[in-house]
Amino acid sequence: MGAFLAALGLVVAGGVASLLTGRRWRSRVAVAGIAAGSLCGLLAALRVLAGAATVALHVPWRVPYGSFSLAIDPLSALFLAPLFVLAPAAAVYGGRYLEEEHGGGAIGGVWLFTSLLIVGIAVVFTARNGVLFLLAWEVMSVAAYFLVTFEHHRDEVREAGWTYLVATHLGTAFLIAMFLLMARAGGSLDFDRMRLGQASPALAGLLFGLAVVGFGTKAGLVPFHVWLPEAHPAAPSHVSALMSGVMIKAGIYGLLRVLLLLPPPPAWWGWLLVAMGLVSGVGGVLYALAQHDLKRLLAYHSVENIGIITLGLGVGLVGAHAGLPLVALAGFAGALLHVLNHALFKGLLFLGAGAVAHAAGTRDLDHLGGLGKRMPWTGAAFLIGSAAISGLPPLNGFVSEFLIYLGAAAAALTGRGATLAAAVAGGAGLALIGGLALACFTKAFGSVFLGDPRSPHAAHAVEVAAALRLPMAALAAACVAIGLGAPLVLTGMTGVLAQLAQGFGLPAPDAQIATLRSALAWVALASLTLLAAVALAVLARRFLLRGRTVTAAPTWGCGYAAPTARMQYTASSFAQPLVDLFRPVLRTAAFGTPPSGAFPGPASFASATPDPVDRGLYRPLFAGAAALFGRLRWVQHGRIQLYLLYLVATLLILLLWKVR
Amino acid sequence: MNWAPLLLYLAAIALAPLLGGVIAKTKAFFAGRTGAPLLQGYFDLAKLLRKGAVYSATTSWVFRAGPVLSIGAVAVALALVPMGGTPAPLAFPGDFLVLAYLLALARFFTVIAALDTGSAFEGMGASREAQFSALAEPGLVLCFFALARNADALSLSAGLGALSPGAWRSHAAVLALVAAALFIVFLAENARIPVDDPTTHLELTMIHEVMVLDHGGPDLALIEAASWLKLWVLGALVVGVVVPVRTGVPVMDGGVFVAAMLLLGVAVGVVESAMARLRLLRVPQLLVASGVLAALATVLISG
Repeated sequence: MGAFLAALGLVVAGGVASLLTGRRWRSRVAVAGIAAGSLCGLLAALRVLAGAATVALHVPWRVPYGSFSLAIDPLSALFLAPLFVLAPAAAVYGGRYLEEEHGGGAIGGVWLFTSLLIVGIAVVFTARNGVLFLLAWEVMSVAAYFLVTFEHHRDEVREAGWTYLVATHLGTAFLIAMFLLMARAGGSLDFDRMRLGQASPALAGLLFGLAVVGFGTKAGLVPFHVWLPEAHPAAPSHVSALMSGVMIKAGIYGLLRVLLLLPPPPAWWGWLLVAMGLVSGVGGVLYALAQHDLKRLLAYHSVENIGIITLGLGVGLVGAHAGLPLVALAGFAGALLHVLNHALFKGLLFLGAGAVAHAAGTRDLDHLGGLGKRMPWTGAAFLIGSAAISGLPPLNGFVSEFLIYLGAAAAALTGRGATLAAAVAGGAGLALIGGLALACFTKAFGSVFLGDPRSPHAAHAVEVAAALRLPMAALAAACVAIGLGAPLVLTGMTGVLAQLAQGFGLPAPDAQIATLRSALAWVALASLTLLAAVALAVLARRFLLRGRTVTAAPTWGCGYAAPTARMQYTASSFAQPLVDLFRPVLRTAAFGTPPSGAFPGPASFASATPDPVDRGLYRPLFAGAAALFGRLRWVQHGRIQLYLLYLVATLLILLLWKVR
Repeated sequence: MNWAPLLLYLAAIALAPLLGGVIAKTKAFFAGRTGAPLLQGYFDLAKLLRKGAVYSATTSWVFRAGPVLSIGAVAVALALVPMGGTPAPLAFPGDFLVLAYLLALARFFTVIAALDTGSAFEGMGASREAQFSALAEPGLVLCFFALARNADALSLSAGLGALSPGAWRSHAAVLALVAAALFIVFLAENARIPVDDPTTHLELTMIHEVMVLDHGGPDLALIEAASWLKLWVLGALVVGVVVPVRTGVPVMDGGVFVAAMLLLGVAVGVVESAMARLRLLRVPQLLVASGVLAALATVLISG
């Protein structure tokens, strides 16, 4: 616990010191603090994952229902690990990024809020008391708000900040309600002393529903995701990486933690999570396909990946309820491993998107192109991230999806009725998500890095500084390492899986873990064989081409001799068939004037896909609420005398109520 | 040591181009032509392997990575496929997922290699390939689910190994559904009519062929070899379901399997001669149908 507290202290100290120091040192002290703190924190987390006993700290606290209790059990450690891996990478990147984008000058409190965000997330992952949890939750959410609105001189950034702030607080309202109910029914808000095992099914269902809405808002599950595609693009890229890579996982963590406190889950909880996971997964990737803005596209992919994680949890719960331990363990293991993997590849992709935006001055896919030659390092790292997020072997995205698939397949072996339906839907859904993600990331990578530049900005882009490349390279290496070393990673998850198995009333999972580990070892073998086969093919081609003529020529254009970069397929045209196919869901709007007549004049085309949930659900809802509350506007008139009267009246009423 | 899987693996690599020759010969027969020789695939490979290379000046290393990754991925995928009742060289729980995603890996790199040329034609083909394969994926995975449920085992070798002529008597409906779904995926993934026409002359209407327009020489040879192998990989699954002959003698089983593969080539040739290509807008319906058939099969099997 000492190392963990030191980690918190170092991170905060770095953030505070950056406010107090001069311009030259501002970023350096903060980065140093975050890096040193993350190292301590990572050590603490790894020690627990390696099998050390749960460490805990309990300090009395004079807050109703509150106590300052922290503990790192395997579940906490598993979520802390990606935080403390991604945080230093994002900080090193951010230090240089802010300096280049903003001259190191007006970076205000960005480092203070970054360190508060990291500490907030770390405490959320370790808090063992509801009040402390909510407090850390708020620190995390509000710090993220200030980071999202960092470029607050831009209208759309302020707008995005508002959307985020409203969404996160609505979500928190559900959590407050949930914790209050838990405190009343369980007798305490200390997680270790809360007794909810005998809660009635209705109460347990209510608590679960509140948790899904509250935590789902933070995680970005459809239909609570609308803040995500607004806030992620608005924030500086290293902050987007932290938010998308780790902060939204707080929602998944919270859901799991609360599930462990509640009585054994009835069947419908699992079905609900499977359904929500599928909707988020397919919906997220479809909306991503329709986007033109690279960071917005990545943000929608966070919705998709949260969907995959939720699907894994759902498969786990379905398996636990049906008494199929292998299904349960595969689902949970896949979901948890995907939490880690998504932090790595999504962090990498956001950092890459930041590098692209920095070098080319735009994030619009239809104005980029050809950056692979100009930015070879960024291109290679982005390619690894793209293949990983598409779930392709031999990278890390594949192994976690493999486990979830395996859970679904195992459920399809013997399941009946709803279990079988969940398994079939899960398998088919994952396959569709995987195929669409492949389409989306070939589009993203292809239109940014391949072909010829579609604009002068892209043509003049140059590779970013080493301080920006290094974090990307490290994260890309981690993606490969987890892809090939998955059996070892699963060994590191033994403690968590045992904890979950115990929590959901399953027998000790040693046999299932051994089965999964051997499957993953086979996968690793297949991956290594793949690498060997590819290396062999490369050598064969080199051998064949030795001494032969290898020349360069223009791309084949069916005989047309004067091609221009504008004739290339754009990201929009690439995605058009799929976007058209899913028009009923996406409702993409097209504008512009098509060419007409035998001698067409100037023509134009533009398309936009605003979030349909936002447009169809929240905007009418909030407009209605505004109209309703507008009727109360007479209370707010600006006369200070009457405000004082309100105060006196309130006090009087309270006094009367108390002495009654 | 059991050499049968390894021998069958090598036989598959050696015979894969012949399958293409059988398809072409069948089509020539229906068209009343003599057609190219049965061994044309081998001649093409030999010719391409002797050539130098011309790379588009627009392309980068990604373009060169496409062919080698395709052949590597498909070669490993072939090692996951059981042939003629013999378990595959690589057989383990969940191997079918690795198979599906290795094919996806090959596709990913073929698509980005096409985009690397900056050609609108290749972009168009890449876009269609990405669209159709995304829709074909659920069908393929659900077929594997159905086979796993039928055999109560999580590996493809066990799934196909559990089938026998007797299974066709007791579970005819289910197996027919799986076979139909697999056959659709097989045609779609291998750029065959009714989804794609490998012999079309017009770039605008191609899918797979247009993506590899700019490849030549040894690169094109690798791509051609990869597509023959992919035809064999998915074809072996169809044959494994439709002709689950078990004589108990490995040589006989292997012989029956190879003969069935060549018959499958004839069947593809018949389909290609008898059918026109579907309009591109109709293809998704066909692919969704394969997913529905496979889902139905999974549900119909009593666990």
